[in-house]
Amino acid sequence: MSEKLIEPEFPGAEAMDAPKPASKAETGLNIVVCIKQVPDSAQIRVHPVTNTIMRQGVPTIINPYDLFALEEAMRLRDEFGGAVTVLTMGPPMAEDALRRALGLGADKAVLITDRRFAGSDTLATSFALASALDKIGEVRPVDIVFTGKQTIDGDTAQVGPGIARRMGLNQLTYVSAIDALDCERGEITVRRRSEGGVQVLRSKLPCLITMLEDTNELRRGTLQDMLRAARAPVTIWSAEDAGIEDALKCGLRGSPTVVKRVFAPSPRAEKAEMVAVEGKTPAQTADAMLDLLFAKAPKLEADLTARFT
Amino acid sequence: MPEHFDAIVVGAGPSGNAAAYTMGKAGLNVLQIDRGEYPGSKNVQGAILYADALERMIPDFRETAPLERHVVEQRFWMLDETSHTGTHHRSDSFNEEKPNRYTILRAQFDKWFSKQVRDAGVTLITETTVTELVRNAEGKVIGVLTDREGGPVYADVVVLGEGVNGLVAQRSGLRPELRPQHVALAVKETHFLPEDTIRERFNLSDENEGVVIEVLGSVSSGMVGTGFLYTNKESISIGVGCLVSDFAEKQIPPYELLDRFKSHPSVRPLLKGSEMKEYVAHLIPEGGYDAIPNLTGDGWLIVGDAGQFVNAVHREGSNLAMTTGRIAAECLVRLKAEGLPATEENLKIYRDALEESFVLKDLKKYRKIPKLLERNRQLFTTYPAFINRSMQAFLRVDGRDKKTKEAEILRGLKRARGGWLRVATDMVKVARAWR
Repeated sequence: MSEKLIEPEFPGAEAMDAPKPASKAETGLNIVVCIKQVPDSAQIRVHPVTNTIMRQGVPTIINPYDLFALEEAMRLRDEFGGAVTVLTMGPPMAEDALRRALGLGADKAVLITDRRFAGSDTLATSFALASALDKIGEVRPVDIVFTGKQTIDGDTAQVGPGIARRMGLNQLTYVSAIDALDCERGEITVRRRSEGGVQVLRSKLPCLITMLEDTNELRRGTLQDMLRAARAPVTIWSAEDAGIEDALKCGLRGSPTVVKRVFAPSPRAEKAEMVAVEGKTPAQTADAMLDLLFAKAPKLEADLTARFT
Repeated sequence: MPEHFDAIVVGAGPSGNAAAYTMGKAGLNVLQIDRGEYPGSKNVQGAILYADALERMIPDFRETAPLERHVVEQRFWMLDETSHTGTHHRSDSFNEEKPNRYTILRAQFDKWFSKQVRDAGVTLITETTVTELVRNAEGKVIGVLTDREGGPVYADVVVLGEGVNGLVAQRSGLRPELRPQHVALAVKETHFLPEDTIRERFNLSDENEGVVIEVLGSVSSGMVGTGFLYTNKESISIGVGCLVSDFAEKQIPPYELLDRFKSHPSVRPLLKGSEMKEYVAHLIPEGGYDAIPNLTGDGWLIVGDAGQFVNAVHREGSNLAMTTGRIAAECLVRLKAEGLPATEENLKIYRDALEESFVLKDLKKYRKIPKLLERNRQLFTTYPAFINRSMQAFLRVDGRDKKTKEAEILRGLKRARGGWLRVATDMVKVARAWR
């Protein structure tokens, strides 16, 4: 593993070896999509008495951003051949999310689940996922790792970059489109949203891509996909199975992030005031508003008067 | 080579789950298809679980199923605008080792039931709607088409546990369209309340005891219908349902009916301080025995609500659904074991078994009730109002003698019904329909 962060603008210093096909069925791209099962945040309620978040009975969904990553991965697979594996870390029930992904058309699914993963922050999560990705790569090197741009429950957008850094993958975040892929040369061209514009980046494989929302339209799996998803075995790995030797880097013990308090912000005591506009000229309305503002903030009035007179 | 199953079950509600579970346990290769996002996500009920029907399939269900409270007290209310008169039955004998009735939350319960079905070896696919049945040249149903690409999927028999609307069977010409006087539209809200508040408000000794209130009278605003209030662990389910034909005629929006019920002086204090968590609406088949469609044909049979298997008088439905699902499955397992195809002729054993069970015996017993209620609205208006007025007169102490009061009460009834003959006729009609 390289510890050097490789910027996408400077294509990979260490180009990977050409994929070595294990069998005829195992040719083409080896893509892994990291997904997360999250509570449907639209349906979360706060307990009216205890003020705690009520997760019970709240349906779980695949993190919506991850679905754009999955669709993009399947699109590349359909065009260039290969296989899409979905990978998640979570409790045993996260298997439901993987089966859903299989029903959408993914080829394989891996769940890493272990009590020792409980309480992972983004550092520990990226460690566990990177370990599992290395393990998957032992059979056949991984060409592209996909993630969503962030999850809707954590909102950090750190796990994707964390995986890239740990595995020494070229990091392509906030990608809005994949314009070209040259499997022979191991080169990919993507569009990346950045402040004030769009970057067009060319990078070497292997890389990690975090996909933006609304970048593609999720397909509906066929009946055969659904049947396969219902019956396909999901690979379930413990920490050891995933090749993790140092359990201290996992879960709560491997997580320096500490959540000190969770609270709902109390509503502002100050209520909004309305300036009536009826029967007033625009100038009168503006004066009325200034009077109101200056009454609240006399210092502002003094400053402005000093500056403009 | 397209896939072939022993059976395809359409729907993952109580009837479909019971059918799929029973066949799966017997080793049949079963495919179950549900349109919901997850199994049960579209399923709606009051909801009371009748233990017996489930226990016959899963004897130890109490150990793992998500149950709310077992019912220790049943209240029955006759409502008028300002009062209710009622009966209660409460018994400590309901606090038995294996209680008979439970309140449940269907979203959670159905997820659990579906897990049992899949553990029994059934292949389940969700988010998939069966659009039509596939037939061979002889007209025998041999599979289904869905709203997904990938063509038909085949089976020896299709079990239609598709619910009250019965759209697949209807589209396939196996049954006529539902008639508005054969279905009730029920609306329900779930109101959150802390567990100990429910306990105190309903006089319960712990978080496992529950109360059921069934309501007749002004709650239906003159329509054929009833209201209900059930206690869950941390919530109250409250709802009202009336015939669709009545809603259409009276032009009363269902939510308005429920709002009126919620603000009734007898109900309002029970809901005080609660927070509405969920509102749902669903159709309930209440046409009874005479509304039951054809239940079997070459390669198909119908179970659950799709077969109008609801005992509206006793508020039973999910248990009839589970029982018909189980019995259908047992018949199909038997045919399979004997190497017989699921032809209309061979599937007669399903109808016969239902006739022998409580399902059709009960529906037959009450077969005249739907028509009786439809034609005798006074049972929902005049009588509940009379009973409440009588109780008022009886209980108020106002210096008038009792004999005069009794005479007044009786005169009131005679006036309300336009003569004693009508009152007598009502009694005879109800007695005959009940018989």
